[in-house]
Amino acid sequence: MRFLFAVLFVFSTAAQAETIQVAVAANFTAPMNRIIENFTRATGHTVKTAFGATGKFYAQIKNGAPFDILLAADNETPAKLEAEELTQAGSRFTYAIGTLVLWSADATFITDGAEVLNRNQFNKLAIANPKTAPYGAAALQVMKQLQVEQLLAPKLVQGESITQAYQFISSGNAELGFIALSQVFKEGKVANGSAWIVPAELHNPIRQDAVILKHGKDNAAAMALMEYLQSESARAIIREYGYQF
Amino acid sequence: MLLTADDLQAIGLTLRLAGIVTLILLIIGTPIAWWLARTHHWLKGPIGAVVALPLVLPPSVLGFYLLLAMGPHGFIGQFTQMLNIGLLPFTFWGLVIASVFYSLPFMVQPLQTAFETIGERPLEVAATLRASPLDAFFTVVVPLALPGFLTAMILTFAHTVGEFGVVLMIGGNLPEETRVVSVQIYDHVEAMEYADAHRLSAVMLLFSFMVLLVLYAWRPNNKKVAAI
Repeated sequence: MRFLFAVLFVFSTAAQAETIQVAVAANFTAPMNRIIENFTRATGHTVKTAFGATGKFYAQIKNGAPFDILLAADNETPAKLEAEELTQAGSRFTYAIGTLVLWSADATFITDGAEVLNRNQFNKLAIANPKTAPYGAAALQVMKQLQVEQLLAPKLVQGESITQAYQFISSGNAELGFIALSQVFKEGKVANGSAWIVPAELHNPIRQDAVILKHGKDNAAAMALMEYLQSESARAIIREYGYQF
Repeated sequence: MLLTADDLQAIGLTLRLAGIVTLILLIIGTPIAWWLARTHHWLKGPIGAVVALPLVLPPSVLGFYLLLAMGPHGFIGQFTQMLNIGLLPFTFWGLVIASVFYSLPFMVQPLQTAFETIGERPLEVAATLRASPLDAFFTVVVPLALPGFLTAMILTFAHTVGEFGVVLMIGGNLPEETRVVSVQIYDHVEAMEYADAHRLSAVMLLFSFMVLLVLYAWRPNNKKVAAI
């Protein structure tokens, strides 16, 4: 009898509560997990997430991956998908603007901001692949602006994503590197190591766009999540991880 | 030219890596395989299992722990720093060492099988003819196990060419150092340069097929030798 009630309960809620699949840029992992928790509590919808590189998601979406929403690490990929008519028209918006940070796992390494780059007393500087990762491209722009590009070129190592760049630095194989502030930011400050938060004017803004994909077209839960991402409670979380709007 | 200069560079680097790894593994894999083939020691099981580990462990696991071990706080990293050669990640020789671990079973297992097939008898005969064990190994075992050696070398070479996860984890994507073909293809795909990715992948496909064709064309011969 109890079992029957349980079954009835599951089916009755399933009518309104839906499950959606969302592809999320790796740098947005931490805030997204918290946002989804709140979103599910508020709406009853279930959100399944895949975290990874935006370029890979693009290839998967083009080939029919069943994602309802893409939260990209850039604004080019969602625009490209839109031009290829793989999205719900008019659903695209910027959910966060990323902040770049120069970070070292050593708490005493970065004490005077960009000066550490000029001093050049390290073996390896990690960045994400600038060809594919927006944070990597921004890192290159910063080094160009600071005129240390030539000086540091022999010391650059590339991770395939900022997640990997973070691994290179946290394991000590690279003394420092450019990653996303969201990766090391907790409760309003850099949680460990030492860091220089790169001023936004040193690189093009890292606009991260969200878009509803063809698979999630006219899906109520997908629209609800897009709306929720723009709500004040979601933005408060996003801001906590060092993103701007 | 169909392939870009970077692609050609990646191909050259990959072939160099695979060649060096095959050579090193031939030198250290042969005694391991020989020992495994002939011993009754209780360590045979455990060591055989350790040799086979890279077959099962995901490259991401292997790569991550190699990154930690080769780093400044890891035991390999402390050793290399003590020798004043710095740290191994992001270097060609770091890739060589990682690949030696990764491709070890592809050298050892075919050799072990080949040695086991030869059995005791030819060696006993060689001993009665007063051949020293080393002498017997090179004049009797090596010729008899030649197909096994070829299989092992081809598999090791091919497997190293096809390596991706480990390189991605410890390579750092440096041209002429660690950007091998598999990483270059991944980069092309990530950058949405699909035409470049297709061309380089086609080269890989052709190469892999040729290697396997050679290997399987050898098979019947292999069996004949084994039967003798």
